[in-house]
Amino acid sequence: MIGFTRRAAMGLLGGVAISALSLGPGMAQAPEPVRIGYVASKSGPAAAGAGITTIPNYELWAKDVNAAGGLKLPDGSQRPVELISYDDRSSAEDAVRAVERLASQDKVDFILPPWGTGFNLAIAPLMDRLGYPHLAVTSMTDKAPDFAKRWKKSFWMLGGGHDYAGALAQTVAKAQAEGKVNGKVAVISVADGFGIDLISAARPIFKEQGLELVYDQSYPMGTTDFAAIIEEVKSSGADSFVAFSYPPETFALAKQARTVAFNPKIFFTGVGTPFPNYPGIVEGRQEGVMSVGGVDGNSEKIAAYFKRHAEVVGTPPDSWASAITYASLEMLAQAVSRVGLDREAVAGELASGSFDTVIGEVKLEDNQLRQLWLVGQWQGDKFVGVAPADRTGAMAPVIPKPAW
Amino acid sequence: MRQLLPFYALLGLAGLAPLWLGDYGAGLLLGMTSAAILATAWAMFSGPTRYVSLATVAFYGIGAYVVAALAESQPWPVVLLAAAGCGGLVALVVGLSTLRLAGIYFVIFSFGLAELIRQLLTWYEVNVTGTLGRYIFTEFQPRDLLWQLLVLLAVTLTLSVWIHRSRLGLALRVIGDDETVAAHAGINLARSKLTLFVISSVLISLTGAIQSPRWVYIEPSIVFNPTVSFTAVIMALLGGANRIWGPILGAVPLYLAFEFLSAHFPDHFSILLGLLFILVVFALPNGVLAALERLRLRKGAGV
Repeated sequence: MIGFTRRAAMGLLGGVAISALSLGPGMAQAPEPVRIGYVASKSGPAAAGAGITTIPNYELWAKDVNAAGGLKLPDGSQRPVELISYDDRSSAEDAVRAVERLASQDKVDFILPPWGTGFNLAIAPLMDRLGYPHLAVTSMTDKAPDFAKRWKKSFWMLGGGHDYAGALAQTVAKAQAEGKVNGKVAVISVADGFGIDLISAARPIFKEQGLELVYDQSYPMGTTDFAAIIEEVKSSGADSFVAFSYPPETFALAKQARTVAFNPKIFFTGVGTPFPNYPGIVEGRQEGVMSVGGVDGNSEKIAAYFKRHAEVVGTPPDSWASAITYASLEMLAQAVSRVGLDREAVAGELASGSFDTVIGEVKLEDNQLRQLWLVGQWQGDKFVGVAPADRTGAMAPVIPKPAW
Repeated sequence: MRQLLPFYALLGLAGLAPLWLGDYGAGLLLGMTSAAILATAWAMFSGPTRYVSLATVAFYGIGAYVVAALAESQPWPVVLLAAAGCGGLVALVVGLSTLRLAGIYFVIFSFGLAELIRQLLTWYEVNVTGTLGRYIFTEFQPRDLLWQLLVLLAVTLTLSVWIHRSRLGLALRVIGDDETVAAHAGINLARSKLTLFVISSVLISLTGAIQSPRWVYIEPSIVFNPTVSFTAVIMALLGGANRIWGPILGAVPLYLAFEFLSAHFPDHFSILLGLLFILVVFALPNGVLAALERLRLRKGAGV
């Protein structure tokens, strides 16, 4: 009996294999796809970030490219894109091995980066050695200039802690000069990568701008109760509140500040504030909340990208790194259309060419994207860029922030 | 010790593999060797004493952090010695205060240890150095790291065989069977357990140290990933934690299975892994080696 079922199962498997094979020649008439691999955290602690910013944009882009007939090549022909993906389970070792696998087993034409600074740095030497251009989009690091020199084919597109802290300090200082705030700032920061980078950059910069840090506390990751901190900040005399926080704390801070009617004139929180679900969490009272990132609120391309993302993925993108991620893929496609699939040439074109993307005209400087929105603010149902204030499309910040 | 000779030859061959396997093969072998050391080192202490330790990743992470702190300024052998020293020292302090715990209390404590060290490091980085991530820039290629790990595996196995045959190994097996009896038989419980815990922790720290240049950038959440502890336990249990060859025979197939699953079913990895574990526990409760032995005995009886 067992023998019979096993034989039947094998027969079935064989049949499936044969029908799969017979599909092969039929497919071969279409142009051979360009194979693009990526590794990202589909499970583990880093999965939330990868699942919001990185993976949806890769899938959306592949869909968009294929809907338009495929990736354009210099001779005018088009080839569809095939994505090959692996899960690094939030482990750097697995990310490294997945890149090795993509390069030597799958022999992909290009490799897209994982989500997060740590993972991008883990694969950077390998990408360099294997000769793949490395669009390290979601890596926020002040060392980007050094890395771009060390790995010539790497591109760093999110700036560093100094950029964000500097722009924030300028925004606050300008408001102080206009008499809108008293120049006393209360800062809390998460005791982890993002919080530490930003607070250590912010301390000297705030001083330089003539601002007074009257409250400066770090809190452990996963803190849920901010009642005591909010009380202390209230009595510190500061009317600007800054939290270099991660999404769970960002959401908790917003809810608790609303509950106790904590209404500083500047309310700035960290990662998570530009997420599409933020307005839902504060029940539509997001007006005036500031954070890192932002998008050009007047750009039709951004509006169209948000709409398409919402249709295909099911949610709008976040307003910090999502559009940049999508733009990096457009850059790759345009570089391929100019110089073909040769990786060395594509890296050269990425470094020197200029590209038409959803975030506007992009030209990298020393392998880094420097046209960034560093401070953004919720204005209406959009999270728009307010600093650098001299950039085209910058909105004037709403200060003081309306009460919750 | 002569039984180890073919094994040394095999490790030597594995060392030649990168010459024709390429980057992927070398990376795969590297990960496999690391898993084999972790499982063997874990079983060295936890096998005979039956103290299930989930502290593997604590020592693994200590090794990596020592490298991050010293690799720029010190020669590599000094860095490795420091990693071994730090791992051993922490194991000594921790062991002195906790090896009196038994059963479930020790399991919980050892799991908490990794988190404790992670939080201490985070506190230190936040308040003293002001940066959380550290960079490891070395000139090592994957195959250089593989060679070092292969040597470490040879050392680990030799130690394991030696301990198994020594008075210490016998003492530990008695402790595993019944602590009270062991104490009455004149065995110094604390010293025996502590010695083994320290040796095992030093080996684990060295593994973390040698492997860390692969990651370039480390931060506590990357190096203190609890999965490392769990996989070491499961690999050792699959092969048989009380046998010298058991952990390796568990580590190699499981590692290949992980690799196969994540390459071919990247979206269903966790589910399939869970099923695999359930299967292992139900079908092979005492490990592969024990099952093979039983099979052989049954066959012998039949004839």
